[in-house]
Amino acid sequence: MIIKQRKYLEKFLYFSEQVSEFWRRAPKVPLVILILLLATGISADFLAFGHDPEVGNPRLRLLPPFWYEGGTTKYPLGTDTMGRDILTRLIYGSRVSLLVAFAAVIVASVIGTILGILAGFFGGWVDQLVMRFTDAWLSIPTVMFGILLAVIVGPSVFNIIIIMGLVFWTRYARVTRGETLSLKTREFVQLATVAGCSKLRIMRKHILPNVINNVITLASMQIGIVVVVEASLTFLGVGVPPPKPAWGLMLSEGRGGLLAGYWWLIVLPGVAIALLVMSFNLVGDWLRLYLDPHYRNIEA
Amino acid sequence: MTRYIVRRLFLGIVVVWIVSIIIFTVSRIGPDPALMIAPPGADEAEIKTIHERFGLDKPWLVQYYIFAKRALRGDFGESIYYGLPVSEIIWQRIPYTILLVGAAQLIALAIGVSAGVLATRRRGQWLDNLVRWFSLTGLSMPNFWIAMLLILIFSIGLRILPTGGTGTIWHLLMPAFSLGWYFSAGYTRITYSSLFQVLNSEYIKMARIKGLSEFSVVGKHALKNALIPIVTLAGMNLVIMVSSAVAIETVFSWPGVGLLMYHGAIYRDFNIAQAVVLFISVSMVAMNLLVDILYAYIDPRIRYQ
Amino acid sequence: MMDEKPLLQVIGLTTYFFTFGRTIKAANNVSFEVNKGERVALIGESGCGKSTVALSILRVLPPSARIVEGKVFFEGEDLLKKTPQEMARIRGKKLSMILQDTMLSLDPVFTIGNQLEETLRRHTELRGEAVKQRMEELLLDVMIPDPERRLKQFPHEMSGGMRQRVVGAMAFSCAPKLLIADEATTNLDVTIQLQYLNLLKDLQEKTGVTLLFITHNLGIVAEMCDYVLVMYAGKIVERSPVMDIFEAPAHPYTRALLEAAFGLQDLSKRKPIPGEPPNLASLPPGCSFHLRCSFAQERCRREDPGEISLNPRRSVKCWYFVKNIH
Repeated sequence: MIIKQRKYLEKFLYFSEQVSEFWRRAPKVPLVILILLLATGISADFLAFGHDPEVGNPRLRLLPPFWYEGGTTKYPLGTDTMGRDILTRLIYGSRVSLLVAFAAVIVASVIGTILGILAGFFGGWVDQLVMRFTDAWLSIPTVMFGILLAVIVGPSVFNIIIIMGLVFWTRYARVTRGETLSLKTREFVQLATVAGCSKLRIMRKHILPNVINNVITLASMQIGIVVVVEASLTFLGVGVPPPKPAWGLMLSEGRGGLLAGYWWLIVLPGVAIALLVMSFNLVGDWLRLYLDPHYRNIEA
Repeated sequence: MTRYIVRRLFLGIVVVWIVSIIIFTVSRIGPDPALMIAPPGADEAEIKTIHERFGLDKPWLVQYYIFAKRALRGDFGESIYYGLPVSEIIWQRIPYTILLVGAAQLIALAIGVSAGVLATRRRGQWLDNLVRWFSLTGLSMPNFWIAMLLILIFSIGLRILPTGGTGTIWHLLMPAFSLGWYFSAGYTRITYSSLFQVLNSEYIKMARIKGLSEFSVVGKHALKNALIPIVTLAGMNLVIMVSSAVAIETVFSWPGVGLLMYHGAIYRDFNIAQAVVLFISVSMVAMNLLVDILYAYIDPRIRYQ
Repeated sequence: MMDEKPLLQVIGLTTYFFTFGRTIKAANNVSFEVNKGERVALIGESGCGKSTVALSILRVLPPSARIVEGKVFFEGEDLLKKTPQEMARIRGKKLSMILQDTMLSLDPVFTIGNQLEETLRRHTELRGEAVKQRMEELLLDVMIPDPERRLKQFPHEMSGGMRQRVVGAMAFSCAPKLLIADEATTNLDVTIQLQYLNLLKDLQEKTGVTLLFITHNLGIVAEMCDYVLVMYAGKIVERSPVMDIFEAPAHPYTRALLEAAFGLQDLSKRKPIPGEPPNLASLPPGCSFHLRCSFAQERCRREDPGEISLNPRRSVKCWYFVKNIH
């Protein structure tokens, strides 16, 4: 009895040591920012000061931030063209951006990993086929492809997630294919084949777990650009549709106000995007080094 | 060398073929295109006429065949909006995009490569940090936002640059810079790592042992060897830039193919949208081929693979 | 055979590498002389600091290394006091070196001809047609037939032996006074090694160049050299004419080396030297060799021996050499 409890204690201590080591070496500032943004996204409903992010008061439109004359602390960062509180929209917007980005990366990595493992594992004509397909897909310009797809199937949050997944899977395929190829020659895979394991089982139990590491690293490096591309597509009107509070939409709506001087309409959402992406990039870069002490460059 | 080129060419053609299939499939997966071409409230008979006129009632495979056959002749149909052949319109708008992308590439290379070279020399901590921050911000800010910020500062605030359109080099400045900033980060990193690797190699040590001038060592031997990955990246970036330029062209009303494609897609002028995407994809494949050939020219070892 | 002043005089050369918080003492108070026309060998295990000495003389050390102390007199002038520009004029012209791995030491993206030519254009007055002729001559000198075709080739198109000869041609191209060969034959097949060494001998006869061989191959030393410097842990532990050292090695390390390579009585008795090569970042106190020395005494553990002169041409760095000479 005592021994079992002791084992649990040891495991717990080991785990907490890993966590504190991770925390000690992690880049604090971007990580904190990231966590904050994640928190705001999740708890958006509680943070809003009672303002609705999608419906505004047209009589209070285009108010400047509170430190200007004409602004009020009720709408701390001002209001947009339809009288909606900008701060509220920014907060809800983080939820949209994060949701779409994570979901898109998951879709992309799933598609890419499956194709990559298949190509690497089976080799031969399967490999050639997948590789040429990947080459072709990579040659198609990303933003334009996204626009084309979005216009055909109609803009919605679900669609934009799928579209971005379709746009970004190729790198995962390349990377996992490479890893699978090198794993194939390793002993434990050969042993499994000799032991009579079905191909599916080998791919699932032996290759997949080893490939996951690379996939996570790639995902952490890619998520920044996914956010930017989503913002671009939304800005162009083919991403998240209005009246949802997406940062890209805030930028496209604010564009008209530039010449009239309503700068906060575009500066603030842009800063939010930049902050999110920068934090992702910094943490992602660090995570890559942390997970792989040999500084291997995984660039498809 | 010729065998290498021929093989690459063949692969390129295969890839282009697959691209055409992908694009064709994509444009057919949505709702019936006839519904979008037809005026609202059209009845069944009208839709049927449209079907026959555009050959939409034929089996998918036949449609593709017709599409491919025409495409090879350079015929991409007519633009519903402009009433002109699509290829003509694209041809007219391409120079603007080339100008924009060319300028952006130059800016990105100039900033990126010099930053990378400076980083190897380690002149000071502050310079290193400056370069790193410049790269990070370039990667983190959406290019159209950079564009709008620049407009805010220079056009509205300082009133020294125009807000859009073409005509003079001043019109080109902000669009090219907003487009290029993002890519300079990649060039910085690759120049630094490539140069670093090269400068620590044995043949550079040998060059110094031979007593060559430092200029020869770095400017001749190190440079040529370090160039290879930079050139590769530049080639690939060229076409990615065209895609990234869509948002920029929108912000500045720059009459390039990006804006053309965007309008085509939004206003349901599918011939144009499809054709532009196809055109850019083929250019990308061609560019990759060119880069491969250039690569083999610079690095003689590749020729024999 | 001996001139009044030695061609190369290294005095107290000390070179350290500063990396990752450690200081690697690659060369410690190294002193030796090379006279004009001699063939001197600098031998020792891998990692004992031989290459560092050569790179220090030429001053092509990596940025993490620094020559902490010493003087290097070449033709009477201290090289360590020269400016980089002056050194660049001397390197390749008066002082020349061949590296071990020719595939790595030739630039892969330029032709052999291009790389030969740049040396000639840099250090001689030859131009145009004269350069081309000289290059073809050089290639023929190192026994490369069909030089015109070879000049247009790239390094990866040649065999290892041919590359080594090209590198030799480059080293001799501007008629140097001293040539340092750093493990020049280590990567070659044994048969080609012999060819190459003979080639070097011939070239020396023709041009009167002085040779400094850096190697761990005692066979080469026996074949080629008149004088030997033995290095261990960054220090010269014995110096002697070749014949004397093979007949009666004074330092226990030299003895062990010879025994390991040849087996003094018969080949079946060859035994490796016990222990491991020293860590140049943390050398043991006293004599650097005492941990592996079968004759080690109390004094060896405490004091690093100074150099004790046996005769005008021999000296050894050991407290108990007397017991080792038969």
